[in-house]
Amino acid sequence: MAREGLGFEITELRLGLPGEPKSLVSTNKNEKKRMFSEIDDNGEKEKKSNTGGNLKTTESKAQVVGWPPVCSYRKKNSMNEATKMYVKVSMDGAPFLRKIDLGMHKGYSELALALEKLFGCYGMGEALKDPENCEHVPIYEDKEGDWMLVGDVPWEMFMESCKRLRIMKRSDAWQIEKTYIEIDEIKEKNV
Amino acid sequence: MECCNKRRMMKESPESNFMNRRGSSCFPDEVLERVIGMLKSRKDRSSVSLVCKEWYNAERWSRRNVFIGNCYSVSPEILTRRFPNIRSVTLKGKPRFSDFNLVPANWGADIHFWLVVFAEKYPFLEELRLKRMTVSDESLKFLARSFPNFKAISLQNCDGFSTDGLAAIAADCKNLTELDIQENVIDDKNDNWLTCFPESFTSLEVLNFSILHNDVNFDALEKLVTRCKSLKTLKLNKSITLEQLQRLLFRAPQLCELGTGSFSQELTTQQYSELESAFSNCKNLNTLSGLWVVTPQYLPVLYPACANLTFLNFSYAPLDSDDIAKLLVHCANIRRLWVVDTIEDKGLEAVGTHCPLLEELRVFPADPFAEGDARGVTDSGFIAVSQGCRNLHYVLYFCRHMTNAAVATVVQNCPDFTHFRLCIMNPGQPDYRTSEPMDEAFGAVVKTCSKLQRLAISGLLTDLTFEYIGKYAKNLETLSVAFAGSSDWGMQCVLEGCPKLRKLEIRDCPFGNAALLSGLEKYESMRSLWMSDCKVTMNGCRLLAKEMPRLNVEVIKEDGSDDSQAERVYVYRSVAGPRRDAPPFVLTL
Repeated sequence: MAREGLGFEITELRLGLPGEPKSLVSTNKNEKKRMFSEIDDNGEKEKKSNTGGNLKTTESKAQVVGWPPVCSYRKKNSMNEATKMYVKVSMDGAPFLRKIDLGMHKGYSELALALEKLFGCYGMGEALKDPENCEHVPIYEDKEGDWMLVGDVPWEMFMESCKRLRIMKRSDAWQIEKTYIEIDEIKEKNV
Repeated sequence: MECCNKRRMMKESPESNFMNRRGSSCFPDEVLERVIGMLKSRKDRSSVSLVCKEWYNAERWSRRNVFIGNCYSVSPEILTRRFPNIRSVTLKGKPRFSDFNLVPANWGADIHFWLVVFAEKYPFLEELRLKRMTVSDESLKFLARSFPNFKAISLQNCDGFSTDGLAAIAADCKNLTELDIQENVIDDKNDNWLTCFPESFTSLEVLNFSILHNDVNFDALEKLVTRCKSLKTLKLNKSITLEQLQRLLFRAPQLCELGTGSFSQELTTQQYSELESAFSNCKNLNTLSGLWVVTPQYLPVLYPACANLTFLNFSYAPLDSDDIAKLLVHCANIRRLWVVDTIEDKGLEAVGTHCPLLEELRVFPADPFAEGDARGVTDSGFIAVSQGCRNLHYVLYFCRHMTNAAVATVVQNCPDFTHFRLCIMNPGQPDYRTSEPMDEAFGAVVKTCSKLQRLAISGLLTDLTFEYIGKYAKNLETLSVAFAGSSDWGMQCVLEGCPKLRKLEIRDCPFGNAALLSGLEKYESMRSLWMSDCKVTMNGCRLLAKEMPRLNVEVIKEDGSDDSQAERVYVYRSVAGPRRDAPPFVLTL
């Protein structure tokens, strides 16, 4: 029963650098031959290698098909679990900070739900869609130390750049914005 | 009532039977069949069938289960002709190295034409267990329609189907007791399949959908679990939260095997104590797995259930040494433990300390491709376990380096190994203290462990390792070799020295035609031989095929490769002749 590709290729975790040829099985034989070492009479290891590289170099390790012998589903899972993305969350008025694992959530709406549950502040979902009109506004500190409104960038980008979260009261947010505007005005005056 | 295909044999009266066959069996056929029918072991049945014609027939008529280790070694026609009354079939398809992407997609091992024959010859089929087969949705739908008594399906490392196929099984298999989907490549389309179990359906005993990555319909799941009072095994997927888990456990406190969902959700104190109490109510739990994504501070909810656990599969839960140590204190009865190497040597010391009854240990790498200072487990962890767990007989150990001395110590502590699989992840890695090859390590294993059935070797290895194996490993059945050996002599030693060898899988070794051909007489007594990226040529393979017509000698050809080299060779005995469904890249010589 011949079967055209069911698109499973995309789910298969590949070894090798991005941009490698489509199928690792037809990866050029040169790379495979590199992994093949011979021991000559003196017991010294001789490497048959096109690049002259060491068997143990990172590059060669990454390009050996199917080694170490870990099944694909295991590789997929282990890679996912390696990244834990706990960030601190503070809410104005709450005495304690909490921590939330961004990696656990698939998108902003899930995050909003989680935040609502943590702090009992409802309306977080709406806040993400319409920040002008809600009581609580979620903001986050990014890698550069700037405070940004949650929801502007794609979720994956947000996950990578978010260092901590804060749930501000709308009124406070406006206050801070006003302060920044004043600071900018002062800067302009002094130029 | 059983509806067997009745025999059309000549019925002799018991007296004439006795008169005519003095000296051989004097039992009427029915009695013989009854007696032989009680044999469960495949090996016993095989032996019995060789005694004489009467016993052969009694055996074939009374057999209900059949196990086929290589789906291409026999055809469904031959199978159904010999065994007319089969209720349970186990089939294995692709070579094991397909797990590691060494076998191209569309290689074969499709279940469909088997099912078509079974539908006609085994209409009362109840169980189907498949490993490394290709299974389409169409096949699953066909199965669900064709076998009214169908009870159990188990799919392991299979591919080609989606949740639509599961939906068909759920909807149409009215007597289903087992739906076990393990580690397959499955197209997870939607959560509807769970809703396809009819409301009147209550017979489920085993449900495993742990590998699905999407959400499932929790409402349908909860209702299903509630009405299936005989449910013993429940393995959930990542989408199930702790809160949902608690609700399910509340419905099914009789569970023996549980695979949790994600173990990481912000819980209130109330929810935490509810979960803890749910676990303490599960008095029959002997197996625990899952824990996809773990928040370690919630692990204590498991403690009340740990005392009776015999199998703990944490191979998807990268815990650290402290977390595992705290948990294992409660797990004195553990026999089988699967973990990730994030527990490090300290975690293994805890294993040695708290789990004296341990028989099987598997340590998987969290990050198989890590460079440089990647942590994990080492020789000292291995020794620590062997010191505390003297009953250890199965080990799978992934590490970055090892010493000969450590392995020797381990087998001295635990001489009863039946399965020893050591994977030193750097190919060709020597003993990191002495810089010598790892020959002596595996020499120690085969010399000390006389019961050894399965061996996987790694590290820097010369022909000496293979000499040791050939000389000492007299019970060895399965051998896996990678990046090892110096010359053809190595492989020859094994082929000549290991009388019970059934499966030999080799990759990236300097074994060529001489080695391949030295096994000429041997391969018919084996299930299969796999050799990839060795030095075998097409001519060598052709010669083998010519000399041994009852073997299938197949070469997997890749685009753009050297025409004279045989890069991937798969040799296996078969009574079915060459494959009729081979794709263009599989050349049968």
